[in-house]
Amino acid sequence: MVETPQTEKQMPLKPSRRPYRDVVVAVPVSIAYVRYSIETAHWWIARALKELTERAGIRPTDIDGLSVSSFTLAPDTAVGLTQHLGLTPRWLDNIPMGGASAVVALRRAARAVEAGDATIVACVGGDANQVDSFRKLLSSFSRFAQDASYPYGYGGPNGSFALLTDHYMRAYGATREDFGRICVAQRDNALTYPHAIMKKKLTLDDYMAARAIADPIHLFDCVMPCAGAEAFLVTTEDVAKDLGLPHAKLLSTIERHNAFPDDPIQMRGGWAMDVDELYAMAGCGPDDVDVLETYDDYPVIVMMQFEDLGFCGKGEGPEFVRTHDMTNGGDFPQNTSGGQLSAGQAGAAGGYLGMVEALRQVTGQSLSKPVESACTALVSGFGMINYDRGLCSGAAILQGSGV
Amino acid sequence: MTDPIVPPPKKDPQKVTRPPESPPLQRSRASLKLTAAASRGVFALQVCEACGTVSYPPRDACAGCLSTDIEFRPVDDRGSVIAETVIRTSTDLYFRERTPWRVGMVRLDCGPSIVAHLHGDVAVPGPVRMVAKLDKSGNAVLMALPETESENMADDPEYCELTASPRHRRVLVTSGREAVGQAVAAALSKAGASTVFVGIAESWKPFAGQAKLESIPNVEIMPLDLTDTTSVTELAGEIGGKTDIVVNTADYVRPGGLFGEGGLVTAREAFDVNVFGLQRLAQAFGPGMRGRGADGVNSAAAFVDVLPVHALANTPDFGFYSASAAARNSLLQCLRSEMRPGGVRVMSVFTGPVDDDWRQQVPPPKVAPVQIARAVVAALEEGIEESFVGDVAKDIAQRFLDDPKVLERELGK
Amino acid sequence: MSASSNPGAEALLSALVGGIRGGGIEIIDLTHTLSPDFPVMVLPPEFGQCQPFRMEEVSRYDGRGPGWYWNNLSMSEHAGTHFDAPSHWISGRNLPQGTVDAVPLDKLMGPAVVLDFSVESAADEDFLLTRGHLEAWESENGAIEPGSWVLFRTDWSKHLGTAKYLNLREDGTHSPGPAPDAMEFLVKERDIVGFGVETIGTDAGQGSHLNPPYPAHYILHGNGRYGLQCLNALDRLPVRGAVIVAAPLKIRHGSGSPLRVIAMASVGSV
Repeated sequence: MVETPQTEKQMPLKPSRRPYRDVVVAVPVSIAYVRYSIETAHWWIARALKELTERAGIRPTDIDGLSVSSFTLAPDTAVGLTQHLGLTPRWLDNIPMGGASAVVALRRAARAVEAGDATIVACVGGDANQVDSFRKLLSSFSRFAQDASYPYGYGGPNGSFALLTDHYMRAYGATREDFGRICVAQRDNALTYPHAIMKKKLTLDDYMAARAIADPIHLFDCVMPCAGAEAFLVTTEDVAKDLGLPHAKLLSTIERHNAFPDDPIQMRGGWAMDVDELYAMAGCGPDDVDVLETYDDYPVIVMMQFEDLGFCGKGEGPEFVRTHDMTNGGDFPQNTSGGQLSAGQAGAAGGYLGMVEALRQVTGQSLSKPVESACTALVSGFGMINYDRGLCSGAAILQGSGV
Repeated sequence: MTDPIVPPPKKDPQKVTRPPESPPLQRSRASLKLTAAASRGVFALQVCEACGTVSYPPRDACAGCLSTDIEFRPVDDRGSVIAETVIRTSTDLYFRERTPWRVGMVRLDCGPSIVAHLHGDVAVPGPVRMVAKLDKSGNAVLMALPETESENMADDPEYCELTASPRHRRVLVTSGREAVGQAVAAALSKAGASTVFVGIAESWKPFAGQAKLESIPNVEIMPLDLTDTTSVTELAGEIGGKTDIVVNTADYVRPGGLFGEGGLVTAREAFDVNVFGLQRLAQAFGPGMRGRGADGVNSAAAFVDVLPVHALANTPDFGFYSASAAARNSLLQCLRSEMRPGGVRVMSVFTGPVDDDWRQQVPPPKVAPVQIARAVVAALEEGIEESFVGDVAKDIAQRFLDDPKVLERELGK
Repeated sequence: MSASSNPGAEALLSALVGGIRGGGIEIIDLTHTLSPDFPVMVLPPEFGQCQPFRMEEVSRYDGRGPGWYWNNLSMSEHAGTHFDAPSHWISGRNLPQGTVDAVPLDKLMGPAVVLDFSVESAADEDFLLTRGHLEAWESENGAIEPGSWVLFRTDWSKHLGTAKYLNLREDGTHSPGPAPDAMEFLVKERDIVGFGVETIGTDAGQGSHLNPPYPAHYILHGNGRYGLQCLNALDRLPVRGAVIVAAPLKIRHGSGSPLRVIAMASVGSV
């Protein structure tokens, strides 16, 4: 839908990287978020898995692979969860990668299914949000954050992204309005998505008038921490067909950690290293993407994904958002359920939100306003502000049958 | 320029004193080495012995070459601030009470990027110099300052959180009978202390310099005998609620080792002043100060102890005196932990031998009281937890950090 | 228990009790309150020092002892109103019964003779009591009886709490005291039991410059006599007729002791 990607680096496709054979994604599950809940992560994950099995028409014991992402399971991990929930998988994964969790979970699960190590892998992300738990979560997030970021005003992710945003604005002339356009469009999308936490229309004036949180970050640049869970199944095309499940094929994935460590401040994510491989493996380009789900804990990172995933050149993000309609009915449908900015951020489930939404859009199961003829979706993940920047990035391209 | 701090108004008796909160306390062990350097006023980062990469945040291996041979060394403190933010809301109780809080991303000329406290006079983007200081939790933090001194620079509110300036504060100097206490009182008065209470033991004994001491502006003479619990308690009852800084200059010096005549009586006297005196002072003034650690411009800020550097290793000619100093140093370590919840700094000013009657036979270089006074004011103004006054103190500190056992043998006979 | 074999003594004691219980005998406290700020003798710093009175609370109906209050004390044997035994001084070091635990009890209770030189002391802070003064005093008041406690009234106790009490200057302390010939006279010719003063020592502030130095200490203790220092309220005693009780703590091999000095005098005798 846009011009050919302009990337800074030409990474050759590694000869050893094999395409996915018959790996499909199915059964998008979203458990409606709540702002605060007294329930635990175990409870939220159980709810998602129950709905997953019911909608798939399988018994819990049919799940022979499980991939879990959660910040609030402690002291448990995915292992404890198997006994807690009565599951007996032969393949188990724990993906502590925040906003990159779903892409990475899918990437791992796909190869497991392909190799026959597991047949039906349930991928689930879910977190609790009790009063004060966000503060406690932050306080023990990472060693570098503890040593070198929290003691400086303790802005949490707001403070980190404020610095990135400030730098991006200085470097590329982006204005608050540019970021506002992303937030306003996503809110429009959210108003069509029944599970969205935000139910009220957001105008650009509302956005501009919001109180400052950590300049230049203002209230509507921030996500609302909440509780909830998201899940999907990864299996073979044969199984999906046997079960009669609408599904999307997995065409391509990329994953990168701690990319560009020498950049003085984050100006790009790991996508910029691997974007050529992403499209080459999928056999398509940015123009072929019908639906884009970016990781959007702050609008500046959305803009960087537009650039790093090849929808526009580096530094062209501001102009791009001024000239595109990012709503579900627009020329560049993006974060079609409202993204985390409007649907809410349920911890690690935030990393699943885009994946589950994309799956719905390309398999004709949309809960939000369907994107017309949506067939190919690009889902991008980003996460883990270990110190001053997000370390994990990943992306996946799904292809459904369209509507 | 920074808005100058104005003298605080009298306290509103109806207002609750703001309870002190601590900035985040938890740090990695590697990071504590940054703290150790900062406690002595040194800006040091990890430098890889193998490839020369300068690392930050503190870590256990070089991100340039995976070598684990990385040591904290003083590095070039210059850099550029490339981004800034003003944090206006925080989930942390300490910062929540202190917003807006300016933070910047600094690219150091020697390599790493640093999230740092940003002085109000720094222009973004622009050049800065970095300093490492202790925050109210006693951990190192880095702050970007203007490249050159700006007007009223020390009054920046973020900077003030890292220092304990005597300006507008009420200070108690515990021993006005000796030259050191007198010089310290004079220096604190000159540095802008609003009141300098000076403790005098056994006021029925005249002492040299009395008239001059009494003529120092803002000096108030108070009865205080550190060997008398009642005296210390009574003074704390009188001025404890408005004492923002305590500077303990009391020091009972006598020559002699374990085999000298009358060793135990004199040693007991030394311990009574140097160790138990410090304890009495801390017990009487400490809890109140800890509770007032966030009480505005003239909050309780620091407890300074002036002690001999032989706290670090015994010099046998002054054997029991050194021992009392070591005990004193140990008590200060304890006090540091006990004061930490209030954000009140406990500062050690280690001195070489003072030029006094008891140390006529100690060869020079010796320390003049005015040098100690300067060091006390500097420690307060710059927030330095451990300072070493005079060449002997610096020399012994260096040898101590190198190897305490070697130092013991060097000082022995 | 059998009836008393000494009805005379019993009657005496009974009369004494009667006198104390409203029968015309007044009890006078000659002691200062022992407190941390009470000055002590100042010696050159290179000598061992006299430790002032110190008190540390052990518990006061609190976590350290919920139902009781008590303190630990520490001090020199020569702090506050105190007693000097013969062994305190080098001249008395070899005398039998020279330490406080061995002092015969009958010496610790006895008649007091009060020599009032408060006017002279007010006029001259270094006033020295000489044999001449004593002879003049005796000619007016009669001879000092053997076995007396001689109490030297200077009203110096009224300076307590001021710098004048110790009266320390660069050349030492300045306060009244006896000259050597006065001490020789009292001990050798009048056979007194002890000598009590209001100042911090039995000797004058400048007593180290006399010959022998510190004559009161030297002569009293060298002859097995006792000293009482830092006495209070001597102005409430009659010249003659009072009886004092001055019993030090029974400290093994002690050289002296803080104590409570009590005087009994006939009501209205001053």
